[in-house]
Amino acid sequence: MPLLRRLAASLPLMVSLALVGCASDGGGGIQSQKLATIKARGKLICGVDGKLPGFSFVGSDGQYTGLDADVCKATAAALFGDPSKVDYRDLNSSERFAALASGEVDLLSRNTTETLSRDAAGGNGLSFAPTTFYDGQGVMTPNASGVKALKDLAGKPICVESGTTTELNLADRMRELKAAYTPLKFQTGDQTYAAYLQGRCVAVTSDRSQLAAKRTSFPDPAGHTLLPEVLSKEPLTPATTNADPAWADAVRWTIYALMQAEELGITQANIDAKLAEAKANPNQADLRRFLGVEGEFGKQLGLPADFVVKAVKATGNYGEIFERNVGMGSKLKLERGSNRQWKEGGLIYSPPFR
Amino acid sequence: MRTALPSSPLQRLRRELFSSPLDGLISIGLIGFLLAVAIALVKWALFQAQWAVLQANSTLFAVGRYPLEQQWRLWLLTTLLVGATGLSWGLLRGLPRLDRVDQLWPRNDRIAVAVVLALAVLAPLFLKLSLAIQLRWWLEAALLVATRWAAGRWALRIPPPARRLVPLIWPLLYFAGMVLISGGLGLIQVSPSEWGGLLLTLVESSFAILLCFPLGILLALGRRSELPLLRWSSVVYIEFIRGAPLITLLFLGQNILGFLLPGGLAPDRVWRAAWVLTFFAAAYVAEAVRAGLASLPKGQLEAARSLGLPLPQALIHVVLPQALRVALPATVGQFISLLQDTTLLSLIGLLDLLGTARTVMANPAFLGRNAEVYLVLALLFWCGCAALGLGSRALETRLNPTANPAR
Repeated sequence: MPLLRRLAASLPLMVSLALVGCASDGGGGIQSQKLATIKARGKLICGVDGKLPGFSFVGSDGQYTGLDADVCKATAAALFGDPSKVDYRDLNSSERFAALASGEVDLLSRNTTETLSRDAAGGNGLSFAPTTFYDGQGVMTPNASGVKALKDLAGKPICVESGTTTELNLADRMRELKAAYTPLKFQTGDQTYAAYLQGRCVAVTSDRSQLAAKRTSFPDPAGHTLLPEVLSKEPLTPATTNADPAWADAVRWTIYALMQAEELGITQANIDAKLAEAKANPNQADLRRFLGVEGEFGKQLGLPADFVVKAVKATGNYGEIFERNVGMGSKLKLERGSNRQWKEGGLIYSPPFR
Repeated sequence: MRTALPSSPLQRLRRELFSSPLDGLISIGLIGFLLAVAIALVKWALFQAQWAVLQANSTLFAVGRYPLEQQWRLWLLTTLLVGATGLSWGLLRGLPRLDRVDQLWPRNDRIAVAVVLALAVLAPLFLKLSLAIQLRWWLEAALLVATRWAAGRWALRIPPPARRLVPLIWPLLYFAGMVLISGGLGLIQVSPSEWGGLLLTLVESSFAILLCFPLGILLALGRRSELPLLRWSSVVYIEFIRGAPLITLLFLGQNILGFLLPGGLAPDRVWRAAWVLTFFAAAYVAEAVRAGLASLPKGQLEAARSLGLPLPQALIHVVLPQALRVALPATVGQFISLLQDTTLLSLIGLLDLLGTARTVMANPAFLGRNAEVYLVLALLFWCGCAALGLGSRALETRLNPTANPAR
């Protein structure tokens, strides 16, 4: 019975697929099976971690929350004008690429590091969107220790989880700095942080986002600081598959739109005013095109003309998403660091909307 | 049977704990140790633990992301279940087996009622539920006790033909419950991806338990069949499943089906997991049932056949009732481990009780509150497993053919 019902339910989808397949040859529309499937389904299926503080977890109200979840919401808003039209799938790290490749999820927004082998067609064949969080290995010290930079740790004990790349990165960097140190190695993360809290070492090292998450559970979170140095590159990036470049473009430019909105000072609060301003003022061609008042940006991507407005309205611009979920507005209290806008010396950079 | 010495409680205490100096030393050591643990636990629970993580997320733990405006369906289902439980419980006590003497309100039942009432009063206070929801739990508890009382009181007035129909309310209720949970028949569909917490754990485990039992019986019969093809396919199936860890089968179910069937056509991952659990448990149940079948003397089947019963009837009326009674404890043991195995679903990304716990612990507002969450989770699972165990022992007693088995 359920199979029959499912078949019946997917009939309109197949018909519309066939129609789209025929129709899109003619006009200026774009050809994307995935976009057509998602639109026919009426929901975006988004793969997330679901258990990662600040990135994706289910809040007490039953809503998915976090930076990764907000990427899903913004994309759904760009597609449907409604950030709630998302089906979340919690994926673990071993099944995430399989789920994307088999089409179980449309979009993978699950703190995935962009690497060559994951991107390459001969590797995992992913298509990476813009990086939404530049993570990397960091070092945390108690404020009282007086350590201000990595080189201050010379001759001091550092807690590290044994057998991890973290341990190797630390050794490499300290050798570069010609700073001898004493590594205190532990089998598990819990042991490492417990030793750090007992004062057996003056620093602990792990990914910066993880350090920040751990810090919130310390008795005195404000008494610990992340050093400014970043020891490794972990660009956490949403991804789709190589199979559908048009869909990948739609995701890519939705995320760029969030970054561009921050650069232009467009926020969740003032988006309506900005839109009114753009509509009233024919001279502001750039703003008018960005917000979809004129031009064909939306159409070229296969999205509604006002997709930027809808996305920013749903989640706010990139800076707002960052601050709310992992930045100073959250319990994680991460500095923007590399995740600042390019004009402020960061790596967040949207190509022009032209 | 121990010979009972007449004694006051004090004398008994002395005899059991302090009968020799060494006994006394061991007793004092153990009592001191247990006291220290209990005091540390109570101290932690009262002064260190922050129970807000459970108070703020109680809905999440109960039903997951089930939409708020549809939750009345779950309340309706709970009410129906509570009513049916009270009814069945009362009838079981009111209509004892003809060859047994049974009290209408044995001591165990009085304790159970006291526990239910105490839970209904204390649990909402602990979880700081809103008054409206607190009131609902009180009404549910009152309904349970009332139906239990009424069914016990008037059990004998129900005409015998109607009595036979009473067990049918359970399968009916199961289907009604599935419709209420998932939607259909005019109700809005609630996608399984929005089920979670205790609700998902119960749906998955009850589905698997109900289906793996008949499947296991068929497999056990197949394994003892004289048709080589049937026998060998049963053997291969059972040994394949028993040779693979459940988690690998769960991953297979999640990933392979996605590749085999085009997107959207594969059953939802909640149901994929439920089927995998079912097929997994069936292999183990089959072995338990096979042990039951093997314990029967061959003469039973031969006698039934020589009386002219066709094979299916001989199996259904003679062999299986005896074999299943033998297999019951092992089968229920399998059900209990199945209930615990549902926690593996959190590893394939479903929000069962453990999955919900893990996502709640990732909420920056509750980071580091692992001990509180895991303790309550352990308690919940213990209650579920204890209930299954108690139920199976009651069933064993009821099915025991001797007239008045020693309790």
